Amino acid sequence: MTKLESKVPAGPLAEKWTNYKAHQNLVNPANKRKIDVIVIGTGLAGGAAAASLSELGFNVSVFCIQDSPRRAHSIAAQGGINAAKNYPNDGDSIYRLFYDTIKGGDYRARESNVYRLAEVSNNIIDQCVAQGVPFAREYGGLLDNRSFGGALVSRTFYARGQTGQQLLLGAYSALSKQIGKGAVKMYTRREMLDVVKIDGKARGVIVRNLVDGKLERHAAHAVLLATGGYGNVFFLSTNAMTSNGSAAWRAYKRGAFFANPSFVQIHPTCIPVHGDYQSKLTLMSESLRNDGRIWVPKKKEDAEKIQKGQLKPTQIPEEERDYYLERRYPAFGNLVPRDVASRAAKERCDAGFGVGSTGLAVYLDFKSAIDRLGKNVIEARYGNLFQMYEKIVDENPYETPMMIYPAIHYTMGGTWVDYELQSTVPGLFVGGEANFSDHGANRLGASALMQGLSDGYFVLPYTMQNYLADQITVPRFKTDAPEFEKAEKEVQDRINKLLAVKGDHTVDSFHRRLGLIMWDYVGMARNEAGLKKAIADIKALRKEFWQHVKVPGKNDGLNVELEKALRVADFLELGELMAYDALNRNESSGGHFREEYQTPDGEAMRDDSNYMYVAAWEYNGDDKEPVLHKEPLIYENIEVKQRNYKTA
Amino acid sequence: MSKFYSSVTKKIWMSLMGFFLMTFLLVHLSINLLLVFSSNSDLFNEAAHFMGTNPLIQVFQWVLFAGFVIHIILGLILQIENWIARPKGYRVSPTSEDSFFSRYMIHTGVIIFIFLIIHFVNFFLVAKGVIGELQEVEVNGKHMEDMGKLVIDLFHIPYYVVGYLIALLILGFHLDHGFQSAFQSLGLNHPKYTPCIKGLGHVFAIVVTLGYMIIPVFIYFSK
Amino acid sequence: MDLKLKIWRQPSAQTDGKFVDYQVTNISKDASFLEMLDILNEELVGKGEDPVAFDHDCREGICGMCSLFINGRPHGPDSAVTTCQLHMRKFKDGETVTIEPWRAKPFPVIKDLMVDRSAFDEIIQAGGFVNVATGGVPDANAIPIKKENADLAMDAAACIGCGACVAACKNASAMLFVSAKVSQLALLPQGKIEAKERVQKMVAKMDDLGFGNCTNTYACEAECPKEISVTNIARMNREFLVAKLS
Repeated sequence: MTKLESKVPAGPLAEKWTNYKAHQNLVNPANKRKIDVIVIGTGLAGGAAAASLSELGFNVSVFCIQDSPRRAHSIAAQGGINAAKNYPNDGDSIYRLFYDTIKGGDYRARESNVYRLAEVSNNIIDQCVAQGVPFAREYGGLLDNRSFGGALVSRTFYARGQTGQQLLLGAYSALSKQIGKGAVKMYTRREMLDVVKIDGKARGVIVRNLVDGKLERHAAHAVLLATGGYGNVFFLSTNAMTSNGSAAWRAYKRGAFFANPSFVQIHPTCIPVHGDYQSKLTLMSESLRNDGRIWVPKKKEDAEKIQKGQLKPTQIPEEERDYYLERRYPAFGNLVPRDVASRAAKERCDAGFGVGSTGLAVYLDFKSAIDRLGKNVIEARYGNLFQMYEKIVDENPYETPMMIYPAIHYTMGGTWVDYELQSTVPGLFVGGEANFSDHGANRLGASALMQGLSDGYFVLPYTMQNYLADQITVPRFKTDAPEFEKAEKEVQDRINKLLAVKGDHTVDSFHRRLGLIMWDYVGMARNEAGLKKAIADIKALRKEFWQHVKVPGKNDGLNVELEKALRVADFLELGELMAYDALNRNESSGGHFREEYQTPDGEAMRDDSNYMYVAAWEYNGDDKEPVLHKEPLIYENIEVKQRNYKTA
Repeated sequence: MSKFYSSVTKKIWMSLMGFFLMTFLLVHLSINLLLVFSSNSDLFNEAAHFMGTNPLIQVFQWVLFAGFVIHIILGLILQIENWIARPKGYRVSPTSEDSFFSRYMIHTGVIIFIFLIIHFVNFFLVAKGVIGELQEVEVNGKHMEDMGKLVIDLFHIPYYVVGYLIALLILGFHLDHGFQSAFQSLGLNHPKYTPCIKGLGHVFAIVVTLGYMIIPVFIYFSK
Repeated sequence: MDLKLKIWRQPSAQTDGKFVDYQVTNISKDASFLEMLDILNEELVGKGEDPVAFDHDCREGICGMCSLFINGRPHGPDSAVTTCQLHMRKFKDGETVTIEPWRAKPFPVIKDLMVDRSAFDEIIQAGGFVNVATGGVPDANAIPIKKENADLAMDAAACIGCGACVAACKNASAMLFVSAKVSQLALLPQGKIEAKERVQKMVAKMDDLGFGNCTNTYACEAECPKEISVTNIARMNREFLVAKLS
């Protein structure tokens, strides 16, 4: 059995990363040219890593699923990026950012990784400004900050409501610079369908060219996966349509352990579901909770009237409104972490106080902020978000409160990686949302961008080099090696098998059904019976899928249905692993809420004595139960407490 | 196809020539108006004589000529490149909100070009004695060609007047877009002043067009 | 609502295409335009026909992937939205909707309504960046930037690279796209250092790729889902002129 070796450097927490860098192996410039690196994905982590590795002199090939590296889903992040700059002089520090992130993650993240994240956060802001990222500024010309959930300081840098876009375009410009110089080879409209291992090490990938359907083999000395999260296992999520878990899942099947798959973040402020034809959910930035107040009616009769359309929210007087977050969490109020806010909304709606035609929505009200600051200020802060809301819902949020409801947004779980972000397959590195590393059981707002860029700009270029240092004598790999041959054939067989089913149900219909199972039983609240049912249901659905899925067309050209079928086939396996993990974890922590484990007032109840570990799952063959490996979490620099957002 | 100069360079020349031609239009208009604002053709004839004999103007007329040629040739090249840039068009014609007359610059431009040739034959070549012969007239003791009579005679032919007016209207359309477009091409855009420039562009187009139109109408009905 | 659709179908880049008529029924007015196409595609797949290929990804108006020319307008009959943010309430029951791909020589059709916009990437690769490598940069607050300039840079940087400007322009010009990037970097001290080389390289690349010339029609600005202003084009012209003259 493989032992989990997290490779955390020795020494005091604050010196680990410095020590690592001081003692790591390096590759001399002449040798870097001889070393090939494959990067899958061009989001913040992938784009930044590819650009940085290429700047160092490595030979980099990059693959992305969209038509351009500029369109990775990092682009959709709205609110901002955290850094411990302490520009506002409000008491922030690297330690405090580290502490808030560990606490926000409900003490299920690795201390050393999170500290490093907080440490390099400041470099990220410097780097992005140097690239020409137009962060918001004060009148004096210096950078502006806003506050975000789970923190008592203002440490979030932002570029209007499009921070993710601006940071991604920064990474994209760095990558473009390298492509323009001929230092990076860019492959667009490619989807990775397998990892190729030679002598136990990751040495290449099989990708499908989405335009002509051809399978391609690419070899390298190391492979980096930066393929994002698997939130689309729920069908409806805030993820982009092509966001998928296949790359991570294929790596899992090649021996990379999958960590904490059940840790999924449900974002509290999304536009509620409005019809069964709906293809995705739209997020409204968490930053809205800075000025918006969340409420439902105090009286159930009022809620029912609203649901029937007999009453308008503006007709409900102040004293008849229940600002339930302010009521339950006086210290943090509307700015509690996402998991807490989401569960509180579900609690109110389940109790019958929800609004909207479905009763599955709560209000996010800007009236008091508009009264206090004026419409102009609110428009300057959130104008584009308000406009987006109005385009979708056809209601004016300046006049009537927004309706929001939680939706699947981010996956904290992912491929298990050590301190160097290397998976259990040597030479296979994983960055960004695709790895499990930094957010524990719940991610704080504005931390995903921080982690993606930290991994990409400042961690992977070092740690991958450390690995590649002993690869300089390894000659370039040829793609006609039997391992490539075999891997390509397996992919081809899987494609042929899907095309041969010729069933009578569309891929989307299976995906939708999987999504409902996941949402109902592996969603915001889980319990033992439900999870067992989910596992059985997913198994049955998977069987049905392979007997009845209808994939029209052939594999000799663009075939969107085939692409979707390959992804859904993997989701149908990944969903089951998520349920396993959730069933194994007999506690509530962060985004994982088990109804059996809660405090009398409904807060998540952890079990630190039995579950203070990372659950890393090893693939053990199809239709066999995965094997659980535990990486114990040791907190030496932080006192483990029950998360408390009621008092500061 | 590798392009003939950069697109922006061409646009800059296009606008510089545009500005130059617009200045010429104003000078030309002010001379023409002498026919309206004086009781006889003397002042006009004197001005025309000056324009036709002053050595500086003689040199300048070649510069002007070059200005026309550059503006026209660049316009054609730009247009051809633009057609090449979209080999297959849309089934539904684009209905985007845009500067309306900008859609027809090549059309109005070609019509103005034809008008220009006729104008050139009717006036310039005659004045230069290449075609036909002009009567002589004495103004303030000086002998000179009676350009005024040439103009007055032509502006008594109804179809000529109608054609002339139509051509001017089209010139107005061309100017309406061209004026503000020339500023934009030179990068002279400012949140405060651009709306003024656009307004001024309309005024310029209307004033120039009406100014030129008054002359044949006035002559037709009063001289 | 029920709609009649006329959709451009083209099997591949090498083959010719044609318009094909489809009928969709019972579409909710709250559905998005792409969801309407999803419904059509689900029906086509059910019938064993090839679904209509179109680009889309984030479905929240930021990735810039969706690119449909609907009834004579890029991104359809609404302002400041991408196709994925266009909702069916903007159409009338029984209306005929014609859907075409972006049309421009540098944007060849890949299949049906999908076009290849890698020309935009090539323009950025030609100079749409600041030449700094990772690490070794000054503190983020070392150089103060006037808020007004930072805001203008952000206005320009909001471009999502969808290509609606090219699609809308009667000349298939890419000036709005190129000028947005040139402006963003020219407005910031970090980008100013290379401003002269950048504008010339990017314009040269744009010309090489076969985009048309800007004739200041401003259709691009009217159709830009992010409302990028044509003042950026003026700024680029200015930058270009200054670069050439010095």
